[in-house]
Amino acid sequence: MANRWLLAIPAVLLVAVVALLLWWRPLDTLSAGAPPVEEAAIEAVRLTPGMISVDIRTDGSEPVQIAQIQVDGAYRTFTAESERTGAWLGKTRFNIPYPWILGEAHALAFITSTGAIIEHDIEIAQQTPVLDGNNLEMLGLVGILLGIVPVALGLLAWPAMRNISRGTLGFLLALTVGLLAFLFIDTIGEGLEEAEKVIGRLHGTVLFWSLLGATALTLLALGRRGGHAPEGMRLAFFIALGIGLHNLGEGLAVGAALAAGSAALATFLVIGFTIHNVTEGIGIAAPLAEERPSLAIFAGLALLAGAPAIVGTLLGTQAVSPLWITVCFAIGAGAILQVIIEVAALLARRTGTGLITPQVVSGAVAGLAIMYGTALLV
Amino acid sequence: MTIPGFNRRKFLGQATIVPLAAATSASAQQVGGHAGHGAAAHDGNNMVMGEVDYVKNGFDPHKVLTDFDTGTASTDAQGRRVREWTVTAIDHEFEVAPGITFAGWTYNGRVPGPTLRCTEGEFLRIRFVNGSTHPHTMHFHGIHAARMDGVPGAGLVQPGGEFTYEFEAKPFGCHLYHCHALPLKRHIHKGLYGAFIVDPDPVRHPEAQEKAASRLLGSPENAGWQEFIMVMNGFDTNFDDENEFYAVNSIPFAYFNKPIRIERSRPVRIYLVNITEFDPINSFHLHAHFFDFYDHGTTLQPTHRTIDTVMMCQAQRGILEFSYADHEPGIYMFHAHQSEFAELGWMSHFEVV
Repeated sequence: MANRWLLAIPAVLLVAVVALLLWWRPLDTLSAGAPPVEEAAIEAVRLTPGMISVDIRTDGSEPVQIAQIQVDGAYRTFTAESERTGAWLGKTRFNIPYPWILGEAHALAFITSTGAIIEHDIEIAQQTPVLDGNNLEMLGLVGILLGIVPVALGLLAWPAMRNISRGTLGFLLALTVGLLAFLFIDTIGEGLEEAEKVIGRLHGTVLFWSLLGATALTLLALGRRGGHAPEGMRLAFFIALGIGLHNLGEGLAVGAALAAGSAALATFLVIGFTIHNVTEGIGIAAPLAEERPSLAIFAGLALLAGAPAIVGTLLGTQAVSPLWITVCFAIGAGAILQVIIEVAALLARRTGTGLITPQVVSGAVAGLAIMYGTALLV
Repeated sequence: MTIPGFNRRKFLGQATIVPLAAATSASAQQVGGHAGHGAAAHDGNNMVMGEVDYVKNGFDPHKVLTDFDTGTASTDAQGRRVREWTVTAIDHEFEVAPGITFAGWTYNGRVPGPTLRCTEGEFLRIRFVNGSTHPHTMHFHGIHAARMDGVPGAGLVQPGGEFTYEFEAKPFGCHLYHCHALPLKRHIHKGLYGAFIVDPDPVRHPEAQEKAASRLLGSPENAGWQEFIMVMNGFDTNFDDENEFYAVNSIPFAYFNKPIRIERSRPVRIYLVNITEFDPINSFHLHAHFFDFYDHGTTLQPTHRTIDTVMMCQAQRGILEFSYADHEPGIYMFHAHQSEFAELGWMSHFEVV
């Protein structure tokens, strides 16, 4: 016990070293004459009639001050609302009255007090959807079609799975692994793309991988709390949870695309996703082949896997910051990793002879191929 | 807008645009704010935010307009009229637009540098002191000996040094001077330039004596004129070889927000110099009026009559003459007729009273 107090020694010495550096400032000659380091990330852009609103997070060796704003190469008047003025990682919202034009491109340039420029392009100007009755209904419908409908359709394959041979069930479970692997890779890709946009000091990429790992480990621990790996209903629950978290991220991306004016083929986009996501329902149903779940459980699983798409679609239209999208994708990818591990473990236990059997390999490849093939539709 | 994490569906952005708005919200069809034009406060405006601190900067664009520096005049032993100035190069960080500082290099701490004004035939002595941390010169557009040219090898002054440029004031006209140290682009766009005006001597121009007298600063014929110096320039604040700000006399929108007062009864003469770096040309367009133009100011007859726009390459300059005598009072616009430059600061007003 007494030895723990010795930990105070390095802590006190560290404080002393930092204090000495701040007081003595021996490193100041390194930065003499250097302009301040400035970094800024555009986190959200919202368009309302006659108004462009932009959220900017700033960081730097000195507070970053945005002094002037250009829209389409012209200086414009604006107002600023700061959460914390120019401070470390401060976030400011700039409201720029501007007669932006529906469907056209607009260029924004923010000039800091040192004359540096932060640029941002609005590729297709579209009003940020107001979440009123009409839009809620329409976006809710998109979310339902994206998430709940395909999962429910996939779950309807369950009656056909009963009384199938052991080998066919192995094939189906492997197909689930393939499908999940596809979603895992996809989620990582989208998450990392988002992480790149997070301001440097928040280390988006490290945050993404750490959260992914932490989520997978936490869910693995939760799943095996009883001392044995999840099977049957519990495994179906975890698969639905993982897919649900993935669909939250997918909903965010679809919502953002709709808001950003990429809704060109909105109908085809939704049809594509609906077909694509049916396989998710089959994946959830596979571990239930030897169970007799009630209808309510099926409904619950469909909601768990599908409903997050509705939430995601609604939130996505409201210009969510890259940081939170990164967090969503990281948690989604972690949850998928957990179920990949558990379904693979289940397969290994069932085959008893190791994972590399013709059924398992063909199932996994079929899962990947179906997901890739249907992804061509979106 | 870049589409967050959306590479799989990127092709959608390239497809025909069918607005979501059409499906979602009838009100979205009216976005874009074309309604309500004219309500500037609501629609915003093409302007910079805030005010430049002219006191801290050490120069005020409204004073630069009429601040003619005639130096010290004397007569030497040979009976020659001599005019002398001392000009000092100073590194000077100033506010180039509200809230934005620019690490400028200046003559006498101002951009443009002092407007040196003399009369043709005078012997000029410009003592140039380099108080900057870089070598500089003063290269005059005029007629002089090679050794007075203010280029590397002829009048390049090291930091702490000095050099006196000597030559006769000729030809009469609206001229300029600038630093010709290398690299040239950097030395010019940092702010080392100014106007150099040589007034015609009426005695030498019997054929147009009255016209020449009207251009001679201090003469009774000149007293009725309202004369302004306008140096068209730009500033590249992020060193990407493109200007972020354009103006006359450095400060964007300075005369837009606070118009230049013009008395209707008196004619207007503008000494216009273009020293804009990076862009091949700049221009001056006068609203609701036309002017006579004297290219380089080296003639007493207009080189262009009755025009409302004049285009200039870098270092081109000239004199504009016009009168608002027949106009009704009001706010009259003038600006570069490159809309880009106008919207980036080279936009101004006359207040005709």
